[in-house]
Order: sequence, then structure tokens, then C-alpha cells
Amino acid sequence: MSSILPWYILLLPFFAAVAIVLLTKSYPGLSSFISVAAVLGSFACSCIVFVTADIRSLELTWIDLPPLLFVPLGLVLDDLSKTMLVLVTGIGALIHVYSLGYMKDDAGKSRYFASLSFFMFSMLGIVLSNNFVMMFIFWELVGVSSYLLIGHWFERDAAAEAAKKAFITNRLGDFGFMLGILMAWTATGTVVFHEMAQQLGRITDYPGYLTVSVLLIFCGAVGKSAQFPLHVWLPDAMEGPTPISALIHAATMVAAGVYMLVRVGFLIQAAPQALTIIAWIGTITAVMAALIATQQNDIKRILAYSTLSQLGYMVMAVGLASGEAAMFHLFTHAFFKALLFLGAGSIIVMLHHEQNIWKMGGLAGRLGITFLTFMVGTLALIGFPPFSGFFSKDAILALAYGKNLAIFSLALFTAFLTAFYMLRLVVVVFFGKPRSDLARAGREAPWVMIAPLVILALPAFASGFGFVAKLFLHMPGEHETGWLVPGLALAATLAGITLAILLYRRRESDPIDFAPLRNRFYFDEVYGFLISATQGVLASISAFIDRWILDTGFVRGASSATWGFGSLLRLLQVGNLQAYSFLFGLGIVGLIYFTLFR
Amino acid sequence: MPSFLFWIFALVMLGFGAAVVINRNPIASALSLVICFMGLSALFMSLDAFFIGIIQVLVYAGAVMVLFLFIIMLLDLRAETRRKTNLVAVVGGSAVALVFFLQVYLVIGQLSAAKQPFPALSSPKMFQIIGVLVLVATIGVIVLSKRELR
Amino acid sequence: MVTLGHYLIVSGLLFTIGFAGVLLRRNIIIIFMSLELMLNAANLSLVAFSRFRLNAAGIPNYDAQVFVFFIITVAAAEVAVGLAIIVALYRARQTTHVEDLSSLKF
Repeated sequence: MSSILPWYILLLPFFAAVAIVLLTKSYPGLSSFISVAAVLGSFACSCIVFVTADIRSLELTWIDLPPLLFVPLGLVLDDLSKTMLVLVTGIGALIHVYSLGYMKDDAGKSRYFASLSFFMFSMLGIVLSNNFVMMFIFWELVGVSSYLLIGHWFERDAAAEAAKKAFITNRLGDFGFMLGILMAWTATGTVVFHEMAQQLGRITDYPGYLTVSVLLIFCGAVGKSAQFPLHVWLPDAMEGPTPISALIHAATMVAAGVYMLVRVGFLIQAAPQALTIIAWIGTITAVMAALIATQQNDIKRILAYSTLSQLGYMVMAVGLASGEAAMFHLFTHAFFKALLFLGAGSIIVMLHHEQNIWKMGGLAGRLGITFLTFMVGTLALIGFPPFSGFFSKDAILALAYGKNLAIFSLALFTAFLTAFYMLRLVVVVFFGKPRSDLARAGREAPWVMIAPLVILALPAFASGFGFVAKLFLHMPGEHETGWLVPGLALAATLAGITLAILLYRRRESDPIDFAPLRNRFYFDEVYGFLISATQGVLASISAFIDRWILDTGFVRGASSATWGFGSLLRLLQVGNLQAYSFLFGLGIVGLIYFTLFR
Repeated sequence: MPSFLFWIFALVMLGFGAAVVINRNPIASALSLVICFMGLSALFMSLDAFFIGIIQVLVYAGAVMVLFLFIIMLLDLRAETRRKTNLVAVVGGSAVALVFFLQVYLVIGQLSAAKQPFPALSSPKMFQIIGVLVLVATIGVIVLSKRELR
Repeated sequence: MVTLGHYLIVSGLLFTIGFAGVLLRRNIIIIFMSLELMLNAANLSLVAFSRFRLNAAGIPNYDAQVFVFFIITVAAAEVAVGLAIIVALYRARQTTHVEDLSSLKF
């Protein structure tokens, strides 16, 4: 049956955003209420849609130019999108409630909630789009929302710069994405996903073309999901408020890249060379980010690099041709990563916006509930059984073991590193003696912020269990590796935990100081240099062209030519009447000759 | 009309036309031009264009040339003093004129109709025209030759 | 036998004489008179053609002669205006030598 209900999911946050911007800008309390109400409404509709077996939504036609282009505005409601809907709106709702507490005294509260609602609208648009063009539009809108939210405290230079960096890096990825869409459209003649799947036979005869277009589409995911080499924006994006980091940069927006790759899995899996490249990029990202995280001192940065690393795992899974494993990990990751960020947020706020872990310490007793929920999240992240992360990471490791041992060993190494840096974080922040007055004075956060933590802890623990996950996802296939892979994974995790505890117990400062890791492998510096060098070269070329070719060549050239020609013609103006008549006569004689005698 | 008359009047016309161009004295040139027009008028008559022939004498010989003579005498123009002849100009000018005549001769030579005699006539007719143009010319003359008003 | 060709050649010759006068003489009045010669040569051509072409009724085609009438009128007007200009010029420059009248040059 064709229903308008799914459209409510998409449009409620949009109308909330519009209402806030136009009407309630000066009433922050009302704005926050509208925003939270809208997302709760979306969540309710998502649940209804989730349990309704066979539901189709109303489809409108936007562009209809047969036989070239047909772009509908339609919503796709299969198992994948229904799950994502519940995930996104559920976590989104919790974050909205959490923000009520976190942003209580912020001056730009209305603006924050308007941007947040707009973000929900854009993200849900990506999840629900049934064609590439619509998805691309929402893709860009998500980038805009991210810019608005990262730069929420725009008076701070660092935040404004970070927002710009995020948007521009995203745009680079989106450029490739657009080219990929154009290539796919040219080959198959359609942009609608299910139609493209049917028309796939038309491009599989040209593997080179297909590989290139898949890789270009993957560029969009590289930008949005912060894979190497476009990963540089995600750590800087931590300049935004912590609930934003939780929502956008942990649970939803960065997952959009992975979601898109799974959505067009039919296309990707038809290009084996592209799959290899995708898998390796995911692996490189995972390892690199984990290495950098071991040396970071800002609690949010550590969690940001951890997100990068886990996203690398998901992309790796996509590259190893299992969208199910990637979605499984995305699902569990959303819960525990949001939980970790919100926990970090509660610590930060109660310590008056202190973010350096070496100024914390001994918080286990002071912020008890935060500590417990944070531990749940950490154990899930490092893949400690029976927490959710164990099952989803194990699925990916088993997949890698079966397909590519090099990738498997790197993934295993990353698991070791993940355990290491997370336990480093936990030991330094929660155990030992407080290292500053702020830490000494820390108290538990208010209930608006605690409640979402507790609510998230449950799925962070349980969402890995098969019987739970089966409700939501197509589970990845079982692999016959027996106990080898889980055993190796567990060993790596334990090794990491042990090493971290040994190294970081009772420390006042970091015993290891490895510059390349601390400086994030100098990516930002290199990119900065490249950009300014390129700009310098382009500027000098432009200056040269402007000064010599356009100015001297064309402008002065044109005027000199005219001047010269005019000077030449001047010589005829002798002022002598008979000379003129002579020329006249000459002309007439010539004319008669050429018309009559030729 | 007998062809010898044609030749006589043609030669008169051409001869005095050449005299116009050759004479040093402007009065002599003007008077030669009058005789030339007379010859031309006779040629018009020979072509049974009686009206045009009369008009030629009346207007050209009678009015235009008289005007010329008045102006020459008004300005008291004498025979022009010799100046250094610019040989290049003379040669160039004559060359152009001669080449032009050569072209005309060749073109007429190719014209088939040029070899045919004039057909016989039945009777002539005619009609009248403009004064406006002449009026405008008159006004123009008066304006242009006025002295400055004191 | 006098044919059309004879008249046309005579007309051409007269035109050439006038043309040569325009090119070679340096007194402006003489140049002007040579101009008149050229106009009259054209008139002769036209009248010759008029007489040559007879219409259905056996009468010459008087269109050409009407044209000649126009030309005579125009020539007369032109002479009047032109001489007035020459008089004004003479009053300004005190010369009729065409080489002295050369201020319109670069």
C-alpha cells in the first residue's frame, strides 16, 4: 500500500528547522522543544514503518526527460533502510535530549537546534533516497549541516577553520562522487537504484569503465566517511559541541558513506579491482588512525581517531564483498561510539570544558555512572566478549582471514592497538589520582545527560547478539574458522589491555613520546604546503598570462594594430584634390577591368 | 540624317571639348565649352530628340555657361601662371584617362547592338517636370555667396 | 552608315576628355567645366539609347530622355551651388589654384 507516513519521517525535522529559523529564533526554550518533538515524532514513525511488512511510499516525479533522465523523489523502504531509520532517529532522539542539558546555557541555542533538525532531515534523506540524484542532494545538505554544526561556536578561529576544512574536504570527495554518478548514469541510462541494478548487464562488459566509475563513487564515501587520504577533517571537527561529535561524527553522518556503499553494493561487487582498492584503503585508514590515537592527549581526539579506525574496518568489510558485515559493525559501532562521546561530553562539561586527559584522573569515583557506561562502551569498542563489538569485529576479521591474510594481520594489529589506546584513555582519565583542581572538583552530570548514557549502554552491550541483531539486519555468513579467529582477536585485545595498564598506571605524564604519531603523520602540514604551493603556481601563471598575453598581447596589441593601420592609411590623406580624383579614376578603371574583362 | 553631318558636329564637339581642357585662359575655355554644347545639341537633334536639344541650348549654353562667365569675370581670373609641371601627375592622369577610354572602346566593341543602325520612327511625345530642385539650388547660391552682414 | 556604336564612342571620347581635364588642370574653374563635359557625355549616351530602342508603337523610349532632362536640371543646380562655393573659397583664400587648397590633410 502506498503511504505518506514515511514522508513524515523525513519532513518533520525539516519543518522544525524552518519553524525555528523563521519563528522561534528568539525563544530558545521553545526552539529546543520543537526540535526534540520533531525527532521523537520521526522516531515513532520510523518504528511504525519498521514493523510494517510491506510498505511503499508515495513517489513524486521531479525531472522527467525521456529518454535521457528520470529523477523521482521517492523513498526506498527495504530492510536496510528501515534499520538505518530506526538507528538514526533513535540515536538522534537521544542526542537531542542530551543536548538539552549540554547546551543549556549556550547563547546560540536556537541556531543549534535548527541546525540539528536540518541535519536530521538531510541524513534521513540520504537513508531514504531511492535514486542517486536525490541522494547526492541530501549528501551535500549533510555536508552543509555538518559545516553549520562544527562551526557552531564560530567566534573561535579554530572552530571556523575546522568547519571550512570539513566542508572543503567533503566537497573534494563529492566531486569524484558526482563524476561516478554521471558515469554510471551514462552507462545504464537511469539513476534509480533498483532500475540500475536491473540494467547492470550493460556495463559489466566494460570492466575498466565500471571500475573507474565505482572508484569515483567510492570517492564520495572517502570524503564523507573520512577515509585516507581525506581523513583530515574528522579530528578537527571535534571543535564542535560534543553531542554533535557523537551524532554526526560517530553514529550517523560518517556512517552515511558506508551506507551508500552498501546501498549500491550491486554495482561495487561487479568490479573486483575496485573492491581490492576499497579494502586496502579501509585497512590503511584503520591502522593509521589507530597508530595516531595512541599518542593523542585530547579525549575527543582519541575518540575521533578511534572512529576513523572503526570506519576503516567497515570500509574494509565492504571491500571484502560483505556489505552485511559492514552494516553489522556500523550498527554496533553507532551505539557504543555515541555512548563514548556522550560520556566524554559529560566529563568535559563537569570539568568546565577541560579536554586534556593529563589534567583528569581519579574520576571513577566522582563520576560514577559516567564511568560505568564509559566502560561498557570501551569494552564494546575493543571487542571484549560478550559485548557487541566482539561479534561485529569478529565477523570482519573472519571475513578478512578467509579472503586476504595481509589485510587480516593488519586488522588484527589494529585490534591490538584499539585495546591499547582505549585502555590508556580509561586508565589515565578514571584511575589514579586527580591531576588538577578541576578533576578534584568533578561531580556527576545532571539526569538529562545521564539518562541517554544509560539508555545507550544497553544496546552497546547487547546489540551484537545474534538473536537481537537478526531482528534488524541480514547477518553476514558464518565462516568455518572455528575458534581460531575469535581466539586470535581475544589474544590481541588482552595483549593491548595488559600493555596499556602496565605502561600507564600511576603516571603523571605520557612515558612515550613518538613525534610522527603525535603530529598525526604530518598530514595537515603536507596538505597545507601542497595547497599553498599549488595556489602559488597557479597565481604566478595567471599573473603571467594576465600581464603579458592579455594585457600586452591582446589589449595593447589590438590598439597598436589599429593605430599602426590607421597611420598607414593616413598617408593617403594628402589634401590634394587631384590626387584624390586620380585615385578615384584608378579605382574605376580597376573596377571596370575586374567586372567586365575577367 | 546624312552621316557627314554627324561627323562634322561630332568633330566640332570633340575639338572644342579638347580646347576647354587645353586652354590657359579661362574665358577661352568657357567660350569653347559653349561651342561644344552647340555641337552636342546638334547631335541631339540628329537623334530626333528635339526637346532635349533645345533644352540643352537654353539651359546649358544659355544659363549655365553664362553663369560661368559671370563668375570668371567677377573673380577676375587671369590665365593661370605656369607652375612647375609635376611630370608624374601628368603621366599618371593621362594614363588613367587613356586606359579608361580603351576599356570603353573594348566594351562597346563587344556590344552587339552597337553595330545596328537606328530603326525608323513614327512620331515623338514628351512631358514636364521639376522646379523644386532648381529652387533649392537658387537659395543655396544666395546663401553661400552672401557677404558677412555688418 | 551611322550606328549606335558611333554615338557611344563619341560619348566615351567626350567623357575621357572631361576626365583628363579633371585630372590634369589645376584651375578649379576649368576642373568644374570639365565636370560638365562628363555629364554631357552621359547625356549623349542616354539619348542615343533612347532613340535606338523603339517600343511597340514605333516610338522611341522616352524614359531615357526624361532622365536626361533630370540630369540637365541637376547639373544646372550643381553648377550654381558649386560656383557659389568657389566664390566663397576665392574670397577666403584669394586663389583658384587647386594645389593651394589643401588644408584637409593629416
